[in-house]
Amino acid sequence: MTFLELTGVRKLFGDFVAVEDFNLATERGEFVSFLGPSGCGKTTTLRMIAGFEHPSEGSIVVDGREITRQPPNRRNVGMVFQSYALFPNMTVADNIGFGLKVRRTPRSRAREKVAELLELIHLPDKGDRYPWQLSGGQQQRVALARALAIEPQVLLLDEPLSALDAKIRVALRKEIRTIQRQLGITTVYVTHDQEEALSLSDRVVVMNEGRIEQIGAPADIYNFPATSFVASFVGTLNLIAGRVVDAGAGRLSIAGQEVRTSKPVEDARDGATVTVAIRPESVELGDGGGANQLRGPVEDVSFLGSIVRTRIGLDGGASLSLDTFNDPHLVPPNVGDVVAASFPPEATLVIGAGPAPEIDIVDVGV
Amino acid sequence: MTAPSTSIDGRAPGALEAVPRAATARRPRRSFGNPIAWLIFILGALYFIVPLVGTFFHSIRTRPDIFLAYRQVLDDPKFFGGLAYSFTVGVITIVVSLLIIVPTAYWVRLRVPRLRPVVEFVTLMPFVIPPVVLVFGLIRVYSSRPLVLTATDLGSDMILVGAYVILSFPYMYRAVDTGLAAIDVRSLTEAAQSLGSGWARILWRVIFPNLRTSLLSGAFLTLAIVIGEYTIANFLARTDAFGPYLSLLGRNQPYTPAAVSLISFGLTWLAMIAIAFLGRGARGRVQVAGAR
Repeated sequence: MTFLELTGVRKLFGDFVAVEDFNLATERGEFVSFLGPSGCGKTTTLRMIAGFEHPSEGSIVVDGREITRQPPNRRNVGMVFQSYALFPNMTVADNIGFGLKVRRTPRSRAREKVAELLELIHLPDKGDRYPWQLSGGQQQRVALARALAIEPQVLLLDEPLSALDAKIRVALRKEIRTIQRQLGITTVYVTHDQEEALSLSDRVVVMNEGRIEQIGAPADIYNFPATSFVASFVGTLNLIAGRVVDAGAGRLSIAGQEVRTSKPVEDARDGATVTVAIRPESVELGDGGGANQLRGPVEDVSFLGSIVRTRIGLDGGASLSLDTFNDPHLVPPNVGDVVAASFPPEATLVIGAGPAPEIDIVDVGV
Repeated sequence: MTAPSTSIDGRAPGALEAVPRAATARRPRRSFGNPIAWLIFILGALYFIVPLVGTFFHSIRTRPDIFLAYRQVLDDPKFFGGLAYSFTVGVITIVVSLLIIVPTAYWVRLRVPRLRPVVEFVTLMPFVIPPVVLVFGLIRVYSSRPLVLTATDLGSDMILVGAYVILSFPYMYRAVDTGLAAIDVRSLTEAAQSLGSGWARILWRVIFPNLRTSLLSGAFLTLAIVIGEYTIANFLARTDAFGPYLSLLGRNQPYTPAAVSLISFGLTWLAMIAIAFLGRGARGRVQVAGAR
């Protein structure tokens, strides 16, 4: 049953459209991430749910109650800020208990609740410290506990880990997810980090220029991107110009070599130029027994740590990169060797009519 | 792919060599700074100290008791009366000023930052309008209907407080604005709102406490202005105030005004030390914020 619903939400700042036609229905207890580049409207949408911005159009409903025009202090929506926003004049315990004090929770109950939350965030002996006495990771945990203290209907997190170093980010996001699952709170998480979004979420909303590009489970977003933006933003991708040979049969021509997709080509006729997207990890060296094949000379072999990236040149200046796990026992090909690269039809995605962009591999990375 | 090379001794290339220290390393010579800077500092200090010293020597010219002037001041009930009156007016001025300035500066920062230059300009008006013009304007307005305040002592006291509130604007606003600049007003406000807090609680529990040092600075500057102010108090016939008392004393006594000046100067310094002492607790409580 739908718990948080945004319908036709639109936000204008003057003439600038920050969010356009945003529609989302989340279940109770679901963890949803808004993923996209800076300026795509994800934080603006989050702030509309929190009540810090009002939609120009549309409605926001939580548990059957419309909250679109409600002030933020009446929504029972907890928020964790990118800058932590802990009150510097209050101790950790006072920060966590602030919302309880506003609600006039009896002191004994409030003390118990604060102690519970300090245990939950693994800071049981830090209640009398001030925020400036804690590390960044500790401060963010206190901010999370403070938002949870009021038992919000919806928990909002606005890039809460972006100020932390990589190791602490990984540890803390696991904690956030564990706590969220434990408490079963419907959560909306804003991030530009695809690894965070994919690893934490039940569903991911990919946004670009104020619009939703795709909503889906992380595996679907990654493996079956609906648009060229999603394909290029999430994960690494080969983008190669191709020509439709037989749209109904899914046959394409790339650099004069024929390949197939697993389904008919839509939105393009025979002979049209399209952009073909292939994930580097879907490509193998060798014939591949019946799968699609492209042949060409090896242009470059790059050692990226756990991954070895091999780039194969194709006719017409295009190239295809493939990623393999670093295996010290395997000898990678030499530059100049003519090799075959194979990939399954399911990994061959036609993501748009028209020529491929100038870059042939997009690596957003993590 | 070839493995990265190592140096002959097995250390990775680029590893720093340990630099052996001398067995008896010399301590660096203590530096006393630039002599020119010291000269400027001494000249500046002399500029302030010499008049004070001169005033002091003038105040002890009474014979045979060189501290007669100080005794007369401390025995004079009007001294403490004037000080108490001005102090009371000062405290009321501070409270009223804070109640006006803090919410205004807060709202401007939070909601209408474009108006900051306008508000700043308005708060600078006391520097432009001489106090005598201000008090004449106030007397003119409040000596006729609909609101006649000059007819009573209480009414004149209210006008006096109002005038001092205006005089305090440049100092109080700047102090508060500087304090607000040091905290993330928007995030703190939104965090408090998300926890269910209304505006009054946000101001009282979140904003005011984090402006403690700034508010104290503004408050003591305001107090110093009020205690030493003469023109407005005199024209409003508030002869109980410290400024008119000091002026009257100067017409009748040769040495006592010097003593009073030094005593009031000392009180001001005590107030500054109080700021430093009270503000010391706030040091280190800088908001450690994440990236924005």
